[in-house]
Amino acid sequence: MSELKGQKIDLSQDLSDLEYLKLTKLQGIVYDVIHFFKAVPAGIGKFFVGIVNLIKNFFGKIAGEFKDIFVTFKEGDFKTRLSFLIMGFGSITRGQILRGILFLVFEIVFIVYMAVAGFYWLGKFRTLGDAGGTMEYDPILDTYVRVAGDDSFKILLYGLLTIIFIISFIYTWRLNVKQNKIAQDILKTGKKLKSGKEDLQSLVDDEFHKTLLALPLTGIAVFTVFPIIFMIFVAFTNYDGAHDGYANLFTWVGMNNFNELFSINTGTDNLSVAFGEILSWTLMWAFFATFTNYFLGMFVAIMINKKGIKLKKMWRGILVLTSAVPQFVSLLYISKMFATNGLLNGMLLDWGIFDNISQYIRFWEEKNLARIMVIIINIWIGIPYLMLIATGILMNIPADLYESAAIDGANTFQQYTKITLPYMLFVTGPYLLTSFIGNINNFNVIFLLTGGGPKNPALLTSAGAAGDTDLLITWLFNITTGAESKYYMASVIGIMIFVVVSTLSLISYNLMPSTRNEEDFS
Amino acid sequence: MSEKKHMGMKAKTRLSNTVIYVILTIMSIVWLFPFFCIVCESFRVESTYQVGYVIPKQWGLDNYINLFTKTDFPIWFRNTFIIALFVAVFQTIIVLCMSYTLSRLRFKMRKGLMNVMLILGMFPGFLSMIVLYKVLNGMGLTGPNSIPGLILVYVGGSGMGYYVSKGYFDTIPRSLDEAARVDGATRLQVLTKVMLPLCKPIVIYTILTAFMGPWGDFMFAKYIAHASSVGMTVAVGLQSMIGTPSSLAANYTMFCAGGVVVAVPITILFMSLQKYYVEGVTGGAVKG
Repeated sequence: MSELKGQKIDLSQDLSDLEYLKLTKLQGIVYDVIHFFKAVPAGIGKFFVGIVNLIKNFFGKIAGEFKDIFVTFKEGDFKTRLSFLIMGFGSITRGQILRGILFLVFEIVFIVYMAVAGFYWLGKFRTLGDAGGTMEYDPILDTYVRVAGDDSFKILLYGLLTIIFIISFIYTWRLNVKQNKIAQDILKTGKKLKSGKEDLQSLVDDEFHKTLLALPLTGIAVFTVFPIIFMIFVAFTNYDGAHDGYANLFTWVGMNNFNELFSINTGTDNLSVAFGEILSWTLMWAFFATFTNYFLGMFVAIMINKKGIKLKKMWRGILVLTSAVPQFVSLLYISKMFATNGLLNGMLLDWGIFDNISQYIRFWEEKNLARIMVIIINIWIGIPYLMLIATGILMNIPADLYESAAIDGANTFQQYTKITLPYMLFVTGPYLLTSFIGNINNFNVIFLLTGGGPKNPALLTSAGAAGDTDLLITWLFNITTGAESKYYMASVIGIMIFVVVSTLSLISYNLMPSTRNEEDFS
Repeated sequence: MSEKKHMGMKAKTRLSNTVIYVILTIMSIVWLFPFFCIVCESFRVESTYQVGYVIPKQWGLDNYINLFTKTDFPIWFRNTFIIALFVAVFQTIIVLCMSYTLSRLRFKMRKGLMNVMLILGMFPGFLSMIVLYKVLNGMGLTGPNSIPGLILVYVGGSGMGYYVSKGYFDTIPRSLDEAARVDGATRLQVLTKVMLPLCKPIVIYTILTAFMGPWGDFMFAKYIAHASSVGMTVAVGLQSMIGTPSSLAANYTMFCAGGVVVAVPITILFMSLQKYYVEGVTGGAVKG
């Protein structure tokens, strides 16, 4: 409750715009905070309603598909009906030979594959193999030879591929049925069907997107989608260096790995502690790395663009030059420069500022100092890029805005807070989000500067040691490449990174002042 | 009175400009200092470990000669160069196909596709490396033969990085395409005859960033090359050169020489195409 011109108002109630404008600054903030939190339960509710609707829609769609398939069969002629068994039959007999042959070939390949290999892999998929390879004595060679057994990795790999193949077969079969219905309807109206030549021609015209996307999407499917699916499954197995799937099989373990990560352990295994610590530092790092670069980069751009500053090109050139040098060169060099025995400490000793080497500053050996250093060096790395972006945007702000503000008596600082900053924030909102996410996964800066160190004994885990500047991504890398090679834990952490990133994206997406319409720019 | 005020303003501007010049000068020194140091240290002959001064007491090309004769550096450089060339060609094609389609063409699955890719991008890219490594390993494309493996890895998922160039395409008025379509051009002709000539900056930007990627990437290259020296790129190789304290003491100045050899051609290439890079960044990155 608070007073407003003698009349009591309840800040937890919804106010009209006019009433809101009458509030003092403090009241306005209180009002915003209260309403933000009031909106949270509704938001969560909406989220669940959304999920329920999604499921409903999904099943509704499936039911619709079944109905459509049934109708097609009922109303179809014999060509259509036979196509249910022999894919492409309808298309071939109706003169669309190219399409028909493609359907038919796909069906034959699928049947052959399933008979030769598919069912074999599917059968093993449930256990990921029963017997590993063994060493058996060979009397002729007079030595032990490896007799190949099951290979869990291969079973998981081919099992998943088979499942994907089956799903794509069902989809293609459905497409085949749909094609028949469409063709039948077109012929009924007396029109002609597209010939194979016309089909091909449309690939550079109306269906041009299919041609253009074929290569990129295949690449993404093979090199991104499938590996991610695979690794999600790995998170539910005990795949690691000891269970390599070849000599020692690995198998399904359910939710065990997630329990391992989150249960409070005693003794030497501090997995949950390490995860909490590394996660909080990762978020802290991403926050500081993003916003220090953002504001300082903008500041530098404003300085260089200021009227009356000469040699603009030179200042910009010097900064851009540093971003032209491959990052690993500058990062590795700077890392060594600040090392305890490095150039900087050595110079300070040479100049007599330090009396002896015991006064060396141990930049990379103390937790807080190391953390501050990586953030500062990241500013050095990031400012040139941000300066370029900010320059581009600043030039787009109409100059008369500033002129009229100056006439109204606004000083430079006011012009900055009232014009420049809001404009920048508005335009770069999505960019800020992507760079925040980029920093969560910023491997290079951390790995090349500190290697995750200084190592922290409190963060020793069964999956390997972690350090005070380790991000989740460098930790994941170390777990994978370390002696234990706990691939399953790497998958679990990868999934956790996804959960963190997607939650943050959802929240900030909803908080952004406006989600810009891409058509605005065209 | 007003004269006096005017003078005051002028003095104020001069003061603030002086402050800015001072800041910019200090910044330039801070930004250039490491590069000045690395170049100087690469010519140092008298010691190979880290010392407390920048200017060598004895200048010479020893580090460069050792780098090319006693280490695998020429192989690393060749590896990286080959990878970068292939990646520059294929990644550019893929990224431009992707961004052009998503920006200029309208089709049924467009929005869904973009959302799926947004979600995929939230998984850390390294996660997929574990399985890709095993598969590439099975095909014999890791370790000493890591070049084709790395090219595949870099190019394969590159369609995901379409944001900047899509942002650039979005800024070109749609009426241009429509006019060409009305005149009877197919969509392929719209792309090759109308759009590409207009998009020179973003094409060059894409080629440039694709070419520079392999020189700077560390994570994938290290994982794929593993411990095999002949399969390393410059980034991994130079890091392995100074990986331990003893090798750091023995190879530090040689590492500096390696850094200079890598940085000089890349920097020259970058600075000569800087105009396009700036246009690409300012035109595409923000609006993407």
